[in-house]
Formats: sequence, structure tokens, C-alpha cells
Amino acid sequence: MSAYVALFKARLRMGLQYRAAALAGFGTQLFWGLIRLMIFDAFFRSSMTPQPITYQQTVDYLWLTQALLLILPMRLEGEIQQMIRTGAVAYELARPTDLYWFWFFRSWAGRTASILLRAGPLYLIAWLFFGLKAPPSWASAGAFLLSLFGASALGCALTTLMTISLLWTISGEGISRLLNILAYVFSGSVVPLPFYPPWAQRVLNFLPFGGLMDTPFRLYSGHIPPQACWAAIGQQFAWTVALILLGRWILARGLKRLVVQGG
Amino acid sequence: MPQIVVENLVKTFRVAERKAGTWGALKGLFHRRYRTVRALDGISFTMEAGELVGYIGPNGAGKSTTVKVLSGILIPDSGRCLVMGRIPWKERTAHVAEIGVVFGQRTQLWWDLPVIESFELLREIYRIPRREYLQTRDELVAMMRLEPLLDTPVRQLSLGQRMRCDLAAAFLHRPKLLFLDEPTIGLDAASKLAVRDYIKRLNRQGVSVILTTHDMDDIEALCRRILLINRGRILFDGALEALRAQVSRERQLVILLAHEETWVEDPDAQVLRRNGHHLTLRFDPARISAAELIARITARYEIRDLYVENPPIEEIVAQIYEEEAP
Repeated sequence: MSAYVALFKARLRMGLQYRAAALAGFGTQLFWGLIRLMIFDAFFRSSMTPQPITYQQTVDYLWLTQALLLILPMRLEGEIQQMIRTGAVAYELARPTDLYWFWFFRSWAGRTASILLRAGPLYLIAWLFFGLKAPPSWASAGAFLLSLFGASALGCALTTLMTISLLWTISGEGISRLLNILAYVFSGSVVPLPFYPPWAQRVLNFLPFGGLMDTPFRLYSGHIPPQACWAAIGQQFAWTVALILLGRWILARGLKRLVVQGG
Repeated sequence: MPQIVVENLVKTFRVAERKAGTWGALKGLFHRRYRTVRALDGISFTMEAGELVGYIGPNGAGKSTTVKVLSGILIPDSGRCLVMGRIPWKERTAHVAEIGVVFGQRTQLWWDLPVIESFELLREIYRIPRREYLQTRDELVAMMRLEPLLDTPVRQLSLGQRMRCDLAAAFLHRPKLLFLDEPTIGLDAASKLAVRDYIKRLNRQGVSVILTTHDMDDIEALCRRILLINRGRILFDGALEALRAQVSRERQLVILLAHEETWVEDPDAQVLRRNGHHLTLRFDPARISAAELIARITARYEIRDLYVENPPIEEIVAQIYEEEAP
């Protein structure tokens, strides 16, 4: 276990080096956040009928989406991608570790580093100036943090799955684009999931993507009351376990047909 | 029991082929042709603990494939393979904890991390107790003179520096067996010497080494035994001297002439090369002894210097490769 922790720490330090990328990401997220805020502001002003989610809850939802966007399985783990292309992946197999967890923690560490760098400042700015409110209760805050942890694990399981697909596709561009768009739309990052029609919500609530953003953000604002958090977090957990098992199975099959050329 | 037992190892790869050009690419869309390459075509050998074996052969001979099978990375199609009593790919995790690998064209260090942090990570990955780790690390740092490199990110190291660090990284967990796949590739003379010295020292401590290389100087400097492989088959297994004897017994006499225009002739030796004052003769020691030939030459011509040498191992190996070429 300590090997994974060490890997985590090293990646975290590495990620913290990239300040320029974090600053640029921060600016972009703030800009888009403001535009989306204006769109939903206009929507609430022009609409007479009661909405499935309140204005304040929507504002919280929007800012959290902006702050934590990198929880989504946006991109492949660059380091592993390069290793598979160059054949250095041979070294990964020459380590006395379980390859799946090795990759899982590697990408978890990298992702957490970039999330930590961007989320804190953006949350603070949005809370100070742009209408983001603290959670209504300690229970909601606790449920949110727990579910945020679950979302990060779930996002990482999806990223690792994408990474494993590299054993077949080498470049991985296609699969990562596809998953990226699915996750972006179905997690509620474009339009919060409560705004979707009821029939769509039934499907969306079943899919794993809601667990990436929708679940923690609705727990934050109390749209899902804290006493109902266990079902929501349980679903995140179930999907994470299922995706990890799927990833391990695919990886085992991939390694059997692995060809490490040259050298 | 030998440390490594390999019997009849076979590994094939399927390579997709297409004809050149647009038409070839289009045809490939509908009908893909595969060619089967037998990278290993029935390899057998054994190796005792503490041996240092040079594994040589032309590009694409199957050297790296063998190393990858032995280190548990690739699964062979058929054949038996036991390394320290284990089947490498069946018990990969336990197996790799006891071996060290270096693939010369790649690095096992973390590109963005300072060398020392890569070492620390490896300590965790191999679960090396701290005391033992510090001792091994300091030993290696002294042996390979790594002190000034430790705080540099790997991406900023030169190839020679990186290779020294890579070799140290492969030995941090004190493996009993090292697989070194072209560790001297692309290195300058000084780095090569450092690498050879390191390999020699570890081997003297009892570590077994399988060394693949194209550099015959590596082989001459290090290996008592060589395995020569081509097109997936072992062509020769034995001492370097035996290989030399098998191919040719010829020796070479290099003479430095006093006058460039001297014309040297001898019934028992042929002129191989002529380069200014330098003249290389070749002779068969079974027909004429070196002493006799030297006596004859020095009596007849004005000579400034001379020495006898074996034909370079490169020439011998090239000769075998050529004989074997399809």
C-alpha cells in the first residue's frame, strides 16, 4: 500500500509544479462560470412556473461544476499513454505491484493535484463575489465531502478504463473524446440534471456519470437532503466497484496479448 | 539446480502487412494480410547462479524477446522456462521482486522527478527496509558517482548520466539476477567504461547477469560465456575463445614499417590491410608460429614496431551472421 501512497505524493508534488496551467484553467473556468450564471439568471427571471431546483441551488451547482470540472474523465493519463507508445510499459510490468492499482493511483494522484490547485481559489472567489453559498447544514457539507471523494474515485476508475483501452488502440484519442462528451453532458456539467425531463432523468440517474458531479453538488445545496445521502453515495460506490472490476478484467486480457516491440 | 532453465521456448508475433501506397492502404481496409514472425524458434539453455552471460545477435534476432519472457513481461507460445524455480509470467509479482531489469533505450525513472525521488519511489514499490535501502543507495551512488546528479530531474540528464542512474535504480532492491538489455547503447567511451565496471563489480558480488549488446567490446571486457542467437535460434553457446576457434584460428600481425614504400612478402602470411606505415598480415598459427614469423620478418625488413592480435570479435560475429543470412 505504501508504494501507492508514495506514488500519490510524488505525483501531487509534480502536479503542483504546473502553476501556469492552473492559472489558465482558473481564468477559463471563472469566465465560463460567469456566462453560465447569466444564462441561468435570465432563464429564472423569464420563467413563471416553479422549477425543480431553486435559483440558489442552481447557482451553487454551476459554481461547483466550474470549480471541480477536472473530476470528469477528461483526458488520458499522459505518462502511461507515452509509456505504451514507446514500449517503456515493459518497466511497469517489471514491478512487483498490481498493475491496475499502480495505474489507478497514478492517475488519481495526478488528477487530485490538478483539482486541488484549481478548486480552492475558484470556490473562494465564487463564494466572495458571485453568489455561491455555503451548504445549508453541517450534515449537507459532510455528505458533500463524502460524495466528492466518491466522485473522484469514480472519475479515476473511468480514466483508468480509458487508459487500459490504450493497450488496443495505442492512441486512445477516439475513446477519450467519446467518454469525455458522454461524461460532460450526462454528469450535469452542461445543464444540471434536475432540469432534464422525467423520462431522461430515470436513465441519467442510473448511469454512472451523474455520480461525478450531480450527486455531490445536489448534496451540497441540500437538493438531496442529507438523510437521503446513503442511497446516492451507495450508487457511486457500486459504479466505482463495477468499473474497477471491469478495468481489471480488461487489463488482464490486454496483458495476455501484449506485444512489447523493439529495444 | 540452475538459476535459469529454458527449454524449447517459442514465441511468435503476428505482424499486419500492407503494400506500399494508397492502393495498398485501401486494399488493407478490406483484406488484411498477416505475417507470422517466429521471434523465438525453440530456444534452450541453462544458466547457473553467478554467471555473466553475453547474449548477442543481429537486430531482430530475438534477444529482447528472450529477456522479456525471462522477466515475466511476455508470455511465450510454448516451451518451458524456470527462473529461480518460478515460471516468470505465472508468478509475475513474486518473480520481478527478485530480478532487476534495464532496457537501454528506455528509462525506468520518472521523467519529471529528481533522480533521488525516483529512487525513493522504487524503495516503496519494492518494499525495501529503510536501513538496507540507504546502505545500497549510498554504495551505488559512490560506485557510479551519482552524487551531483541526484537532485536533477531525469529529463535534464544526458544519456550517459541517465543510464548510470537507471543501472543504479535496477539494483536498489538487490536482485539476484540482472537483465541488462543494451545498457551501453549510445553511450560515450567514458560512460561505457563506467557501466562495464559496475556490471563487473556486481557480478563479483555474486549477482548473475544476462547482458544483451551489440558492442563486442562489452562482451570481450565482461563475458566468459556467450550465447549467440539469430532468427530465433541459438547458434552458439560457450566461451568467447571457443567461438573464435570455431570460426577461424587466424591471427593477425600488425607491423609499423620504417619506410612506407617497403614491400613485405612472406609465403605463410597474407597482407590484409595496408595503411601508410601500418601493415596488417594474417597467418594461421598452425602453419607457422608467431615467433617464427616475427623472426623472419624482422630479419628481412626494417621494422619500427610490431604486435600480434586476434581478429576483432566483430569480424568473427559478422562472419557468422552472414553465413546464417537467408
